[in-house]
Amino acid sequence: MDTTLPCDALDRRLLDDFQRGFPLSARPFAVLADRLGVDEDTVIERLQRLQAKGAVSRIGAVVAPHSAGWSTLAALAVPDDRLEAVAEIVSDYPEVNHNYEREHRFNLWFVVTAEDAQSVRSVLADIARRTGLQPLDLPLLEPFHIDLGFPLQWR
Amino acid sequence: MALSDRDRLLLAVLRDGLPLVARPYAAIAERLGWSEEEVLTRLGRLVEDQVIRRFGVVVRHRELGYRANAMTVWDVPDDAVGEAGRRLAALDFVTLCYRRPRRLPDWPYNLFAMIHGRDRAVVEELVEQATEAAGLAGRPRAVLFSRRRFKQRGADYGRRDAARQVPALAG
Repeated sequence: MDTTLPCDALDRRLLDDFQRGFPLSARPFAVLADRLGVDEDTVIERLQRLQAKGAVSRIGAVVAPHSAGWSTLAALAVPDDRLEAVAEIVSDYPEVNHNYEREHRFNLWFVVTAEDAQSVRSVLADIARRTGLQPLDLPLLEPFHIDLGFPLQWR
Repeated sequence: MALSDRDRLLLAVLRDGLPLVARPYAAIAERLGWSEEEVLTRLGRLVEDQVIRRFGVVVRHRELGYRANAMTVWDVPDDAVGEAGRRLAALDFVTLCYRRPRRLPDWPYNLFAMIHGRDRAVVEELVEQATEAAGLAGRPRAVLFSRRRFKQRGADYGRRDAARQVPALAG
């Protein structure tokens, strides 16, 4: 099943050209519009559509790890017949911002972010208590590369 | 760099992204009871100080046809992990690359890289390229393809208690 979203040239430029350096000025979408040769309303409508379709997660900030709080990557080895229920428990925490099933004995991987290390540990302890499963706690020790955007290869 | 409470509050309110309206920073400011100018000034400083490493469109790869992504992990001797990590980070298809602790005996891997591609075969090929480029051939390795995404959104770095006190943005 091909579920790739159809994107025209304007969509592609909106997705590709503004992954970083988004304008910090009162009317940023007008700046994008100028660069793209369309009007401001068109830019806003297109971005709304791309967001509604799920292609755009958000226009937002990727913050340097541990500069504004604490986070960890955690994993659980969940029996297959409990995976959906456990995933739901984990996703329900506002401190969890990513939660994926992956192919491994440790099959549920999630990121916990909070104000400080103690708060992150409390969330992990609470998840352990509610699921009866002990999470791996794998905090960042050294970043070699953080998310600086991703050039999309259209075809 | 130490963040002020106001910085944290701003990052918390930004978690779900800019509202798609003509004056998004004014909308954020209104929510916080601040001036638009303060929002813009603080954001500018957070970018300049590299607290915000990137400010812009965050795409969902899967919806754009990047259906395969693999968290690839290696067990690398501690004295070699820095060099290997820097080599991986130089590859344009590696979006994240971190050193993390081992948790023996359950988890022997200490170097993590995220690799995206259009399909599984492409990612498998990229994993081999990355392994070779980083000098990691023969090291213990695992390739954890993602199956389902249960949740993806911006991280909540800020003071959740404070963020809850401000009203949600309309629309």
